[in-house]
Amino acid sequence: MSRIRRGRDLSRIQNVSRRGFLKDALSGSAFILAATVAPEVARANSSDTTPADRAILHPSVFVGIEKDGTVYIIAHRSEMGNGSRTALPRVLADELDADWKFVKVVQAIGDARYGGQDTDASHSISGFFGIMRETGASARHMLIRAAATQWSVPVAECETELNVVVHIPTGRKLSYGDLALAASSLPVPSKEEIQLKPRAKWRYIGKDASLYDLEDICKGKAIYGMDARIDGMIYASIEHPPVLGGKVKSCQDSDALRVPGVQQTVLIEPFTPPHGYQPLGGVAVIADNTWAAFQGRKKLRIVWDDGPNAAYNSDAFRTELQETARRPCKVVRNQGNVDAEFDKAGKTFEAEYFVPHLAHAPMEPPAALAEFKDGKVAAWVPTQDPQSVQDIIAKTVGIRKEDVTCHVTLLGSGFGRKSFGDFAAEAALLSKRLEKPVKVVWKREDDIKFDYYLPAASMYLKASLDAKGKPSAWLQRSVFPTINSTFDSAALFASWELNNNWIEVPFDIPNFRVENGPARAHVRLGWLRSVASAYHTFAVQSFVDELAHSSGRDSVEFLLDLFGPPRIIPLDIPGYTSEPGYPLDIGRMRRVVELAAEKAGWGKRKLGKGRGLGIAAHRYSHTYVASVVEVEVTKKCDLRIPRIDTAVDAGTVVNPAYVRAQFKGAAVFGTSIARSGQITATNGVINQGNFDDYPVARIDEAPYETNVHIVESDAPPGGVGESGVSVIPPALCNAIFAATGKRIRDLPLSNHRLS
Amino acid sequence: MIQLKVNGVERVFSGDSEMPVLWYLRDTLGLTGTKFGCGEALCGCCTVHIDGEAVRSCIVSVGDAAGKKITTIEGIAGNGLHPVQKAWMDHDVPQCGYCQAGQIMQAISLLKHKPKPSDQDIDDEMSGNICRCGTYQQIRAAIKAASAGEPS
Repeated sequence: MSRIRRGRDLSRIQNVSRRGFLKDALSGSAFILAATVAPEVARANSSDTTPADRAILHPSVFVGIEKDGTVYIIAHRSEMGNGSRTALPRVLADELDADWKFVKVVQAIGDARYGGQDTDASHSISGFFGIMRETGASARHMLIRAAATQWSVPVAECETELNVVVHIPTGRKLSYGDLALAASSLPVPSKEEIQLKPRAKWRYIGKDASLYDLEDICKGKAIYGMDARIDGMIYASIEHPPVLGGKVKSCQDSDALRVPGVQQTVLIEPFTPPHGYQPLGGVAVIADNTWAAFQGRKKLRIVWDDGPNAAYNSDAFRTELQETARRPCKVVRNQGNVDAEFDKAGKTFEAEYFVPHLAHAPMEPPAALAEFKDGKVAAWVPTQDPQSVQDIIAKTVGIRKEDVTCHVTLLGSGFGRKSFGDFAAEAALLSKRLEKPVKVVWKREDDIKFDYYLPAASMYLKASLDAKGKPSAWLQRSVFPTINSTFDSAALFASWELNNNWIEVPFDIPNFRVENGPARAHVRLGWLRSVASAYHTFAVQSFVDELAHSSGRDSVEFLLDLFGPPRIIPLDIPGYTSEPGYPLDIGRMRRVVELAAEKAGWGKRKLGKGRGLGIAAHRYSHTYVASVVEVEVTKKCDLRIPRIDTAVDAGTVVNPAYVRAQFKGAAVFGTSIARSGQITATNGVINQGNFDDYPVARIDEAPYETNVHIVESDAPPGGVGESGVSVIPPALCNAIFAATGKRIRDLPLSNHRLS
Repeated sequence: MIQLKVNGVERVFSGDSEMPVLWYLRDTLGLTGTKFGCGEALCGCCTVHIDGEAVRSCIVSVGDAAGKKITTIEGIAGNGLHPVQKAWMDHDVPQCGYCQAGQIMQAISLLKHKPKPSDQDIDDEMSGNICRCGTYQQIRAAIKAASAGEPS
């Protein structure tokens, strides 16, 4: 199975829009739709059509308008704090001229008719901005035509205001609700017939908005996967094999069964490699409530057959990665002649960097509810990817994908973990065996010990400097187990991960070589917010700062010199998947560097003793980001982060307030990675288990103030969920160097004394 | 038989007295606004008030709460909004929102003890509550606004 995730996803979205997905989706009026699309849907989910599907005017799977004027807009992407459940409906509402007060956002089930639903890779907005606009404009077009027909006036004399069509010459008005029935009998316009609003007329896009679910969240009424309940459900908590690939040799459950509330135990078979999204196996304790299931687990006496991964020790693995990175590896980009330049140059610099395995630790541990009934499954899952949940449940319980309904709850954050539906498959499997709805709840320890970790990575960098102190040759080598190993046990080399701020590093250096070395995975691997950029940007942007200091130059000036003059970089690098419409624009890159530096008072502000500034910049998910981090290292070697200034060019921004929030949050997430993020293993068993030994930043450790400066841009939208994360660790470590003279080349900081 | 009061309603519990209040609220009463995050009083997601004091409901047993008054996010302001909830909304604090009930319950307790908290007070009282989305800056602003009694 080819799982070149980012490439795959992006190409799918391009295809979707290129193939005229809108036209497919808008394949008819409500009545035509009922005749063509609906039966196909009905096969899978006869009782689960959305209010939008049932609405009187339903020109697209994404929108429906009722007679009372209610506008149902489908949120087909998952909401996990990323804000897309608010932002995308507002894009559609804007083009529709819908009154946000009358909009009801409806969460989609997993269904291929919505196109891609995997809410990862920060592409909800970039992938669906155009589709949402066109959908809103189409519905608006139909309403205008219905009104013009009713008034017997030319369409050109009609305009829309919030939820009404207005006949301009006479001032007559008809509400959307009153027009819905008539509009529903009109043909859905082609893409060429509709007219999108000019930017100046946008009423929601580009304007600050609160989350759709804000009040429910603040009142404790919002429903997450952990909160899903249906009548007759029972609870399960699962003791997984401590070592990946392990099996139950024997299990004594008599003591567990004596725990009040425990009903029974169920053996879950181990997965067949590659593990993919399959359940890990183990022993499930079934109980009347979550607590009893937890207690029952403590009383199980299981003897495990650990299997070959019991030989995995993270210290030795780290050494192995580092040693591989010191030797020539597979060349993945080669420009000029790096070796000749190194031989010629008087002085070369080299450095090694390391970032350990990282866990996602979403605030809501994995949890899912599933009911197997009459050969079908209904599941309620806090998932980033409901269609893959359908797949894995179908495969696990032996039914067709169409017979799995995956309801998407809110996610108590995800960060990539909840792209993997293993926990949903566990619930479905247990429900099938027990013939009751089953809620599976992972403890925090399960979440930390059995995550799909971000790979640990070792990076080796070497550069020569010319007489002006600018690099004349540059070599960068990374070695890490690939996430593809989750889907292909034999995978040893990285592929799409090299597109995350590595192969395409856009420095103005004539001799440039990029290499990647092999590594075998011993734990489940997965993408975590910012993915390979978390270690690549750390290495590159730390090394840039080291070279700046080595050549006695200012770090910002040096970084700008490396990026070179404003220009468009043709990303025709073999092995790099470039997305049309998103050229790498060094002018935009320079702008964020300059803006972050300016706002932070770089070189202008007097900093006290023990304080320092550090900078890092990159482009990730089509968004240009630079952060300046200010640190204070106290006499006791405590680290404080008084301030961060982040400059962002994300192209067209839908909800600026929420973009600022994303980058403030990303600064905290990056701080957690830098300060304390580390997963280690002894004899195949993960050493961490909860927030005591896998600490994440708390309010007193997080940046006190992050100022987010958004560059006004009318470029196509970029991603904002992840792009702010991975500039933070290098900027932070560069600031620590400025403050103390201590260079941190391996994370986390908790392994170092800052003096 | 354990008697206790939850959000003003008298309750009788006949199950395992060792069961943490968290699971009694969530699984038995269906009050799911109080969240499970760590089970070890490390993250603060499960914060409720018992006799007016903020506690981690994942480590307080129903037996220990016998005869006491438990208030959860659902009961803090009836159908209306507590000023702290309102401050949270005015400052658009939540991202995923999962930890926010716990944050709000902790902040209400903080403001009860320190009506005008300093940054240090906020750090001291709120550092037990993790927000993985990283909304701390907004939390601090909302607490300060609620403390000042700002209209919005």
